[in-house]
Amino acid sequence: MKHFARRLKVQDNVNTDYVISGRYKFKIQDPKELAKHIFEDIDPTFAARVGKGDILVAGENFGCGSSREQAPQALKQAGFYAVAAKSFARIFYRNAFNIGLLLVECNTDFIDDGDELELDIEKGKLKNKGKGLILDIKPIPPVMKKLLEDGGVVEHFKKHGGFSRLNQTLDNA
Amino acid sequence: MGKTIAEKILSNHSGKDLRAGDIAVCDVDFCFGQDGTSSIIIDSFKKLGVSKAFDPKKFYMIIDHSAPSPNIGVSEIHKKMREFSKTLDVGLYDIGCGVCHELIPQKGHVTCGDLVLGADSHTCTYGAINVFSTGVGSTDLAITLASGKNWFRVPETIRVVVNGKPPKGVYSKDIILHIIKDIGANGATYKAVEFYGDAISGLSVDARFTISNMAVEMGAKIGIIEADKKTLKWVTERSVKEPHPVKADIDAKYVAVKNYDVSKLSPQVARPHTVDSVSNVEELKDVKIDQGYIGTCTNGRFEDLEIAARILRGHSIHPDVKLIVAPASREIYMEMVKKGLVEIFVKSGATIVGPGCGPCVGTHNGVLADGEVAISTANRNFKGRMGNPNSFIYLASPATVAASVISGKITDPRLYKKRL
Repeated sequence: MKHFARRLKVQDNVNTDYVISGRYKFKIQDPKELAKHIFEDIDPTFAARVGKGDILVAGENFGCGSSREQAPQALKQAGFYAVAAKSFARIFYRNAFNIGLLLVECNTDFIDDGDELELDIEKGKLKNKGKGLILDIKPIPPVMKKLLEDGGVVEHFKKHGGFSRLNQTLDNA
Repeated sequence: MGKTIAEKILSNHSGKDLRAGDIAVCDVDFCFGQDGTSSIIIDSFKKLGVSKAFDPKKFYMIIDHSAPSPNIGVSEIHKKMREFSKTLDVGLYDIGCGVCHELIPQKGHVTCGDLVLGADSHTCTYGAINVFSTGVGSTDLAITLASGKNWFRVPETIRVVVNGKPPKGVYSKDIILHIIKDIGANGATYKAVEFYGDAISGLSVDARFTISNMAVEMGAKIGIIEADKKTLKWVTERSVKEPHPVKADIDAKYVAVKNYDVSKLSPQVARPHTVDSVSNVEELKDVKIDQGYIGTCTNGRFEDLEIAARILRGHSIHPDVKLIVAPASREIYMEMVKKGLVEIFVKSGATIVGPGCGPCVGTHNGVLADGEVAISTANRNFKGRMGNPNSFIYLASPATVAASVISGKITDPRLYKKRL
């Protein structure tokens, strides 16, 4: 699948209220409906520009603020394959991997809106094909990799009957 | 090498000797969700295929964010929570009980040394009573509800030392806004913050909750304070659980040490739209306001309301301004009734809404119109936070909000020096 960059105008400290406003998260339970309203308060036309397989590109501390899991859910439902940012806020980071949304930390200064990207998690590289640049991705911790492999924390839990396998992953890490 | 409070509490709950950077599965002492997060907790829990809570006494749901319900969508979520609490035989604080972060410590669910998860980012509030408490998402919480466990990365710790007696009119809210201004919205991401100093120990336990509550606004996982006599008295009066106070070792390793002197601090105000854009109140004295809000998990406790009432007594709020007051719990509301605060607020022209989060989350109880400006005692001023992306939110102490609603513009509470 081809991945294209969708870069937000606001780059740093994009909070989860901006990802999906409290106006919607409290009354809408369907992630598909929520996905129509992502980033509405900071860029009302953004949601309409997202295509399936796109990679959202942001700066420092993406996903700060509220613990709402509706934020990564709405991004996943909107079609995003991954989010690339310089850094992520803690709760958002956990939530994303828990629901199977891939996050990559790298220097996003060299990615413009619409650039074609190629992601190689194993090698830890994000290739900006348009610009001919290869960017280093910060290694994804073994716990997160394990959760992603299993399709999120719910699937992990069901498959292994709890955290037993995660404990092993941790001991061998 | 000694250990930080975070390293000790997580070690105690994992049976392992943990250091910053380690990841481990830990036993959780208490967990909860609120009405913005519980719907997904319930859905995720059902997907796990588990039929029972790991311990029905260690999980609660709180209906506080949109309570009473403003629309059908929210009503359905509240109904789902009530049904789930009956099915699982777990506790529920329904509308009118108050804000989760007031109720959980007040009702004795947590005590010193506990490890607590909440599906709410301001769960860090109980760091004030020496609890390792942090926010997670709904699915994370569902996993803990099913198993009593979750995985934790042991955070590095920043040591924050706050000394000096704050001047009259300067409160714990001003202190934490001042610290956030310096450290920044991203300055403590993934990290623990330990608060020390005579300015912290001089605060009441209620005022300390304001400090820990806002640790997440600089990205922190926890904002924790050592237990002193005040803490131990406070928790043992409320909880039957034996407290296990945890102190950091003298030779614990910190990633940074920050020192602050608050003896000459002015009342602080965070400007739209980020919590770390903070000014001294006197720099903003010409900013006109349309609405004041006193309440929330940051500043909706009795002493907050009492400070505001002292300033408002005998005054009317400005004719162009609305004031909304939300006590953080039913018990606080009752105390307001008994001590005459309700009369003071109502006479001044304020509207008292039910115990809960009030207009902080932008779903009801005072959504702003386009271009309107609010000054609030809450912890977030993100664009759109109070329901309208075309409005503006300033954050301040209850005293600053009270002084401002009288004059109709941001006002230094030290103007009412004799009342403070």
